[in-house]
Amino acid sequence: MSDRYQQLVNTPIGKIVSKQIGLPSPVKLERYERGQPVINGPVLVGAAPGGRLASAIATVLKAIEAEVHTPMLEDVRTAAADAGLEAKVFNADAAPDEQTFKALVFDATGIADSAQLHELWAFFGPTIRRVRGSGRVIVLGTPPGDCKSPRQATAQRALEGFVRSVAKEVRKGATAQLIYVGNKAEPQIESTLRFYLSPKSAYVSGQVVSIGATALNADRIDWELPLSGKFALVTGASRGIGRSIAKVLARDGAHVIGLDVPALESELEATIGELGGSTIVLDITDDDAPARIASYLLENHGGVDVVVHNAGVTRDKTLGRMDASRWDSVLAINLTAQERINEELLTREAIRENGRIVCVSSMSGIAGNAGQTNYATSKAGVIGMIESTAPQFGKQGLTINAVAPGFIETQMTAAMPIATREAGRRMNSLAQGGLPVDVAETIAWFASPATGGVNGNVVRVCGQSLVGA
Amino acid sequence: MNASTRRVAVLGGTRIPFARQNGPYARASNQDMLTATLEALISQFSLEDEVLGEVAAGGVLKHSRDFNLTRESVLGTRLNPHTPAYDLQQACGTGLEAAILVANKIALGQIDSGIAGGFDTTSDAPIAINEDLRQVLLTINRSKTNAGRLKALAKVRPQQIVPQLPRNAEPRTGLSMGEHAAIMAKEWGITREEQDELTVRSHRNLAAAYDTGFLDDLVVPFLGLERDQNLRPDSSVEKLAKLKPVFGGEQGTMTAGNSTPLSDGASAVLLATEDWAAAHNLPVRAYITDAQTAAVDHVHAREGLLMAPTYAVPKLLERNNLKLSDFDYYEIHEAFASQVLCTLKAWQDPVYCRERLGLDHELGEIDTDKLNTHGGSLAAGHPFGATGGRIVAGLAKALNQNGSGRGLISICAAGGLGVTAIMEAAA
Repeated sequence: MSDRYQQLVNTPIGKIVSKQIGLPSPVKLERYERGQPVINGPVLVGAAPGGRLASAIATVLKAIEAEVHTPMLEDVRTAAADAGLEAKVFNADAAPDEQTFKALVFDATGIADSAQLHELWAFFGPTIRRVRGSGRVIVLGTPPGDCKSPRQATAQRALEGFVRSVAKEVRKGATAQLIYVGNKAEPQIESTLRFYLSPKSAYVSGQVVSIGATALNADRIDWELPLSGKFALVTGASRGIGRSIAKVLARDGAHVIGLDVPALESELEATIGELGGSTIVLDITDDDAPARIASYLLENHGGVDVVVHNAGVTRDKTLGRMDASRWDSVLAINLTAQERINEELLTREAIRENGRIVCVSSMSGIAGNAGQTNYATSKAGVIGMIESTAPQFGKQGLTINAVAPGFIETQMTAAMPIATREAGRRMNSLAQGGLPVDVAETIAWFASPATGGVNGNVVRVCGQSLVGA
Repeated sequence: MNASTRRVAVLGGTRIPFARQNGPYARASNQDMLTATLEALISQFSLEDEVLGEVAAGGVLKHSRDFNLTRESVLGTRLNPHTPAYDLQQACGTGLEAAILVANKIALGQIDSGIAGGFDTTSDAPIAINEDLRQVLLTINRSKTNAGRLKALAKVRPQQIVPQLPRNAEPRTGLSMGEHAAIMAKEWGITREEQDELTVRSHRNLAAAYDTGFLDDLVVPFLGLERDQNLRPDSSVEKLAKLKPVFGGEQGTMTAGNSTPLSDGASAVLLATEDWAAAHNLPVRAYITDAQTAAVDHVHAREGLLMAPTYAVPKLLERNNLKLSDFDYYEIHEAFASQVLCTLKAWQDPVYCRERLGLDHELGEIDTDKLNTHGGSLAAGHPFGATGGRIVAGLAKALNQNGSGRGLISICAAGGLGVTAIMEAAA
């Protein structure tokens, strides 16, 4: 799983050579370690006039004890003062070049028409080159659907193109994201803002996430142990990404219930045993699997708080050469089983209040991939399932979301032919593959009881892959 | 003790033109300058042989022999020798603090009249002998035997010839005042352009004050100098833009143009009760109505060294039930253009006003057309102790000419100090 190229270009000679001949130069991304602050550097906060998020942003930044700088904007400074945030003053016209920031956060909700998109240029033009390595650019907007006028909706939709381009321009492992905050969803931004500011989102870039209003508030959450007291079912938990998911959820305080097929029982026991969790051994495509899972959860834990549908397989062949079993097994495991389990858990009310379902889709499901018609169909279906069931889940105080991993360094990718592997690794804005933990961290953010405002979203963990937009 | 207080009238003031370091006053002592200034005041207000309540004055850079400089100066004037006098010092706040002290005694009924003054020379500066050498010489002095004296003398080393020069540095940070101001300018995002514009305005306002005759009775020639030597009436943003930064590194915004130069000079103002003024047939120009000092923690809390006036002024406003906008004149000492701009920004900033000053609202903006209307320290120069007297005399005249209104004085000082006061026109 080691990325030899990345190691090479980060040697002193490698750096010179790669720069001279214009090779991609992936940096080692900063990743979260327990006990770290959310962000380890100053945050610059700006806003378009008339924005409505200054107060919510200031409150979060105060909570994470960030060093905050802002321009001398009355609204922003007042919000900072209200939050008790001793924000410093930043003036791009006077600041020396060496003044840099770990994150730029911009409230774009005040942008009411396309002419006011100028505010993006005005704020980021003089500051974008001040973003540090593994830094963060975060733009917050209003979901076009929540806008009052077509011109406002147009301008807010335009933010996507801006953020995706910035994500491609920033260097040294920095990322850029767009967070749409629905009307009245202002109090819900904390979990998402924390995730995107922190190294937990290391391999997530160029993404758009929507936060909606929800009645469920996670008051007094312990941000070090957000899943404390929660039960989390993880399918396919014995190895690879599933194992990483189990570990991260356990780190966040969850009791993990690992599920895998009988063939992987010993690996499953080893992985989950280490985490002090429980195990369910069964094949999720069995007719009685959903019922057995629901019964197990209800009888042993009184239900479940988090369900992570991670189990998945590939059975690659071009379509003309693909037999029915390859097609059917991939669809059954990757999609139908998830639908059946969800339905059973809902019917039997096995998912507790403020519960979370997180599915694992794939880049292939978004972009398609030769030799993976079955797999891509199943993974696109997962997205369809998210979108079609989210309203219903939302009404019940639950959420359903998906991650779509890009090139993640696993045993599976290690076995790829070198050309395919190198192309997969480099063809993204961060010029490297992600790690299983990057997927797991994103799932843990969806799974947090504080992420109740995020429902029906698909977030790619792909380093902003060139594939699939 | 008198239970009721009395109004403190400013009858007038005068000063000698301020000179640049090692300029026309290079050989003038502090005592020379203060004596000349007092003499001018005596002539102007017919104080010959008058016994005043007291004369209080001070300066920052003084020789150790000058412990009683103000009294010695008084003895050299035509004031009645029965006029008591004393020296005081509060860095750049010295001159205004002297006026506050005299004013308070008048208000309390302890005296009926007094002169408050200030002076400083950066040219005729005290130079101390090397600290090691001083210790050796003191040891010799303490020795009772020749052998002991010889033993001590043997410790004299060639490097001890190097004398101690006065340094314009904060003792607890080791940074010069300019470096401190550069930190503040950076913290508040003050641009070079803003600073240069303020500087140009200072020069133009002072030049106009000379041209219109406003300063005719406020400045008396000394040693051939008729106007402040630092004044550049034709100063412009374009010219100032050519100067290289002197503080804050290569990308710094502070230059020799938008920082005050080291200067020499002296000033004095005449304060009294209304009755004393009437008895002497002297009109009242204005009143000193209140004053407030404050300090910042620039050492541990790393607050801006020159930001103390931002703390003092809200207290003044609250005590007098005033808003920051309730003034017709703002006299903010221009130690550096950036200092003035930082102060104004801080008062507009909700974060600073709430988190630092503990207010529930920001003080707001001021009308900059009312700021340092007859020039400031950037143009006139800033002999540390003399600036307070320059400002009090000038503001009293402006208020008097205006016929009504109110003025705010704000002076920052080394050591994280701030001295502020309110003056009102004699209506």
